[in-house]
Amino acid sequence: MVRMRPSVRRDLRNGLLFISPWLVGLLIFTIYPIIASVYFSFTEYSVLRPPRWVGLENYITLFTTDTLFPTALYNTLYYAAIALPLGIIGSVLLALLLNRKVGGMSFYRTVFYLPNVVPTVAMSVLWIWLLNPNYGLFNSILKGIGLPGVPWLTSPDWSKPSLILMSLWGIGGSMVIYLAGLQDIPEHLYEAADLDGASAWRKTLNVTLPMLTPTIFFNLVMSLIGVFSYFTQAFIMTNGGPLDSTLFYMLYLYRNAFIYFKMGYASAMAWILFVIVVSLTLVVFRSSGRWVYYGGSSN
Amino acid sequence: MAAPPISRDRTGGTTGRRSLREVFSGKRAQSRVGTVVTHLVLIGLGMAFFLPFYWLVSTSVKPNEELFLLPPKWIPSRFVWENYPRAWEYLPFATYFKNTLYICFFNVVATIVSCTLTAYGFSRIRWPGREFLFMVLIATIMIPSQVTLIPTFLIFKWLGWLGTFRPLTWPAFTGAAFYIFLLRQFYMTIPLELSEAAKMDGASELRVFVRVMLPLTRPAMATVALFTFLANWQDFLGPLIYLSREDQYTISLGLRGFLNRFGANWELLMAGTTITVVPIVILFFFTQRTFIQGITLTGIKG
Repeated sequence: MVRMRPSVRRDLRNGLLFISPWLVGLLIFTIYPIIASVYFSFTEYSVLRPPRWVGLENYITLFTTDTLFPTALYNTLYYAAIALPLGIIGSVLLALLLNRKVGGMSFYRTVFYLPNVVPTVAMSVLWIWLLNPNYGLFNSILKGIGLPGVPWLTSPDWSKPSLILMSLWGIGGSMVIYLAGLQDIPEHLYEAADLDGASAWRKTLNVTLPMLTPTIFFNLVMSLIGVFSYFTQAFIMTNGGPLDSTLFYMLYLYRNAFIYFKMGYASAMAWILFVIVVSLTLVVFRSSGRWVYYGGSSN
Repeated sequence: MAAPPISRDRTGGTTGRRSLREVFSGKRAQSRVGTVVTHLVLIGLGMAFFLPFYWLVSTSVKPNEELFLLPPKWIPSRFVWENYPRAWEYLPFATYFKNTLYICFFNVVATIVSCTLTAYGFSRIRWPGREFLFMVLIATIMIPSQVTLIPTFLIFKWLGWLGTFRPLTWPAFTGAAFYIFLLRQFYMTIPLELSEAAKMDGASELRVFVRVMLPLTRPAMATVALFTFLANWQDFLGPLIYLSREDQYTISLGLRGFLNRFGANWELLMAGTTITVVPIVILFFFTQRTFIQGITLTGIKG
C-alpha cells in the first residue's frame, strides 16, 4: 500500500463507505453470478444434486440435437427484425407529427403515452380479448368493413405479427424521448434553412432527422437488450404456441431453468444470448459512424 | 446532446420560424390547412390508440350475453356495474394490492437510500479508484439480466428465501446501477462550494449529504422513486419465480391466475383488468410532469 496523506485516506474511506451498498451488490448480484453462471454452463445441474462437470456438452446439444433452440432463436430474431424497425419508424413519425407545434401537444402526448403505464400482464389479458378470432374488437372491425377475419394468436403464421402489432401500441414511450430530442434541435438551424428557401420536407430530411440520429441510436441499443428479454406477453398470451411459433428465447430459457430444472443447460443459453446481444450491439456501434450525426457539439 | 441554450426558448421559436416571405406569399393560409390536417391525423391516431381502453372498460360493464354479438355492441344496453364486485369476490384483490404495495414501497425506500448514498460517493468525494469503479458501474448496466438470473435464484434458494418477499425486496438495498448513474449526473451539477462551505464549518460527509445534497435533488429522487414503483408494480418474472403461495401473489400474478381459471368470462376478466390498471393510470395523471421529465432524462442522457 502506498503511503497516503491523511486527507486522501479519509476521502478514500468515506468514498468507499458511501458506495458500499452498491459494492456489496456488485459482489453478490453481479460478479459472483457471472462467474457461477459460466461454471454452471459447463455442468449438468438439476438443483437437487450438486453440479456435474460435462464440458461443452450443453453447448453442443443446443447447436446440434435440440430442435427447439433454433426455433426459439429464429422467433426472437424474427420479432426483433420487424418490431424494432417498425417501432422506431412509428415513434419517430409520431414525434414529428406532435412537434409541428399545432397546439394540444401535451394532450396528444398523454394519449399516445398512456398504453405504456398499463402493466404487462393486464395488457396481455386485454389483448387476448381484442384479438379473439370470433368476438374480438379487431375482427369485428375487419368484418364490419367487409374483410375476412384474421386468426391472430390461433395461427402459427399470424401469432408473431399479432404480438408485433401489440408492441406498436407501446410506441408512445420512445415517442416521448424523440419528442424531447426534437425540441433540443437548435432553432437557428431551421432559420438558416429558411433563408435558403428550404421546404418543410427538405428541413425534415436535412435538419431534423440527422439531428435526431443520436437519440435513435441510443434508443436502438437499449431496445436490443430489451427485445431479447421478451417474455411476459408470450408467456401469458400463447405460452409459446401455436406449434412453438411464439416460443421466444427467454421463454425457452425460463422453461429449461424453472420447469425442467436444467440449470446448467439454461446457463449455457444465457451465455449464448449474451454473446448474441453483445455482437449485435457492436455491429450497431460500428455502423453508427455512417448514419449517426454528432453535429460537432462539444460532447 | 449539448444544445445551445437558445433552443430552449420555445415560445419565441414559432414566430421566429415564420419568415416575411411566407407571410406575403399566402403561405400562412397554406400552413393553416396544414394545421387542420395535422390535427385530423392526430385525432384519428389518438382514437386508434385509445380504442383498446374503451373496449376494456365497455366490456367490463357489459351483460354477458352482449359480449358475443356481431356487429359488437359499442355501448352496452344496460351497465352491469355488479361485474366489479363479482370480479373482486372471485379473487382476493385486496391481498394482491397489499402485497404489491408492500413490495413497491419497500423497493422505493431501499432504492432511494442506496442509490443516493452511492451516487454521492461517486460524485462529491474524490478518492483514488473512483473513476475505475464508476466505469464498472456503467458496464453493469449493459449486462442482460438473464446472465445473472439463475445464480441469483440459487443464492436465494440457498438462503431459504424462496416463497418469501425477500428476493423481491432486499436486493434494492444494493442499489440499481442506472439510477445511481442518473443521480450522480444530478449531483455533478451542484456547485462543490456548497458542500465545501458546510465542511469548513465542521460538518461531516454524512451531514453534508443529508442536509445539503438531498434537499437540493428532490426532483431527481422523485423520478427514481416513481420509476422504481412502476417497475415493481409491473414486474412479472420476479414474482413468478420467487413466490409460490397464493396469499403472497402480486396483482400481476393474481390476474394471470384469474385468466387461467375464468378464461371465458370476459366481462369479469376485463373488470379485474380494469381494477389493476386504474390505480397506475391515476398515479400517472398526478405525476405526469415527473414522469415525462424522467423518461426524457433516462432516454436521452442515459
